Amino acid sequence: MKVTLKVWRQKNGSTPGQFVSYEVDQVSEDMSFFEMLDMLNNSLVRKGEEPISFDHDCREGICGTCGLMINGRAHGPLKGVTTCQLHMRSFSDGDTIVVEPWRARAFPVIRDLIVDRTAFDRIMEAGGYISVRTGGAPDANAIPISKKAADAAFDSAACIGCGACVATCKNSSAMLFTAAKVSQFAVLPQGQVERKERVLNMVAQMDAEGFGACTNTGACEAECPKEISLVNIARLNREFLRASLAG
Amino acid sequence: MNWFFQFMNSSVGKKITMATTGLLLCLYLVIHLFGNLFLYAGPEAFNLYVERLSSLKPLVRVIEVILTLIFVFHIWNALRLTLANRRSSGEISYTEYQAHEVSALSSRFMGVTGSILFIFLVVHLQTIWYTFQTHHQEGQFYAVVTGNQVGFGNPVYAVFYLIAMFLLGFHLKHGFQSAFQTFGIRYNKYGKLIEAIAVIFWLIIPATFATIPIYFGFLKGGF
Repeated sequence: MKVTLKVWRQKNGSTPGQFVSYEVDQVSEDMSFFEMLDMLNNSLVRKGEEPISFDHDCREGICGTCGLMINGRAHGPLKGVTTCQLHMRSFSDGDTIVVEPWRARAFPVIRDLIVDRTAFDRIMEAGGYISVRTGGAPDANAIPISKKAADAAFDSAACIGCGACVATCKNSSAMLFTAAKVSQFAVLPQGQVERKERVLNMVAQMDAEGFGACTNTGACEAECPKEISLVNIARLNREFLRASLAG
Repeated sequence: MNWFFQFMNSSVGKKITMATTGLLLCLYLVIHLFGNLFLYAGPEAFNLYVERLSSLKPLVRVIEVILTLIFVFHIWNALRLTLANRRSSGEISYTEYQAHEVSALSSRFMGVTGSILFIFLVVHLQTIWYTFQTHHQEGQFYAVVTGNQVGFGNPVYAVFYLIAMFLLGFHLKHGFQSAFQTFGIRYNKYGKLIEAIAVIFWLIIPATFATIPIYFGFLKGGF
């Protein structure tokens, strides 16, 4: 199949970018979206042109490194997949595909389709941890945890921090990410010690980074490749209210 | 007090303020509708109801001041949130953005529906509320509401009122359940109950308000 790509090209954060169109021929529908981009980049390199920069690492949908806005959808048209897990069979011969970087003030463009997501790291540094003496591996069942709590914590911890929630949110809100990271500890006994400081500090950092507020549109939940639920945002609000009101 | 200002100025705090003021305004809608329904009981009943209210003037004035404060807080916070959210979006917006595939229409136009409702509120106060304050003669209130000066007998006001009630329903379709999400009590055993009560607020209450211009304006009225 043959597709036309409209790709955002930008040399660096201080240079204005623009869309550049590329025709890509002989695309197999079994190729992943990135393999198609690799093929295009190879041809660009052969012609002596600058290849398109995009973030990727594991290409197995688990690392959270990749993320592109494809035809106006974060990670493309499929539900519950990362960009690296998207295949060309989701497109048709002759399609024009618009490829843009995540757009948010807190995610400035570094180059082409790569954005700076260190704002997420700083939110994690503000409270996304537990302070314990790690030592040797503890006995597995030393702390009793219900199946329900373990499952809830695991569902929240499935967040890979790709930033699709911010990218798709009309307010560029990082609420789903922060909510997942607060939740994964809030429901476990190990998270209780720093429970109050965690939510207050992480929300404060999220605001300081310039992310917007939540309007409960649910776009983040719809686009999240790990299908992190809005239940997490409800929990974050509850945790925040509790921590603010309790002495 | 430091914690209070930190709370009020945080993104989650602002949302909680929106939710609290929004639900209080919903509560007022119920009281307002209760009064409106006296119109169906005839001129005597409605006039008597308004006169009874007028006899409680000091209390009514206090409620009016509280109500104004709630409105101001709701609108001021909405403006603050909207401006901050605009700043959070990148300088360049998406060329392609399929918002309709991932979110409901009502959730994306709260600012637009809210702004039109604000215009309605100003017109509504200027016409009905202000006229009520200046008409103290007995038996005038029913005539004002159903008359063709500022009341539902005037097709312009009747249609405007209908549009406003449609937008109110649209605003509350998202707003009511969103408030409970903000309080963090939507996804638990109360979820189904909240959904059911939400229907009362986004559908039944605005629709009942809307029957008034339809009945007194279009069916019974002079046009």
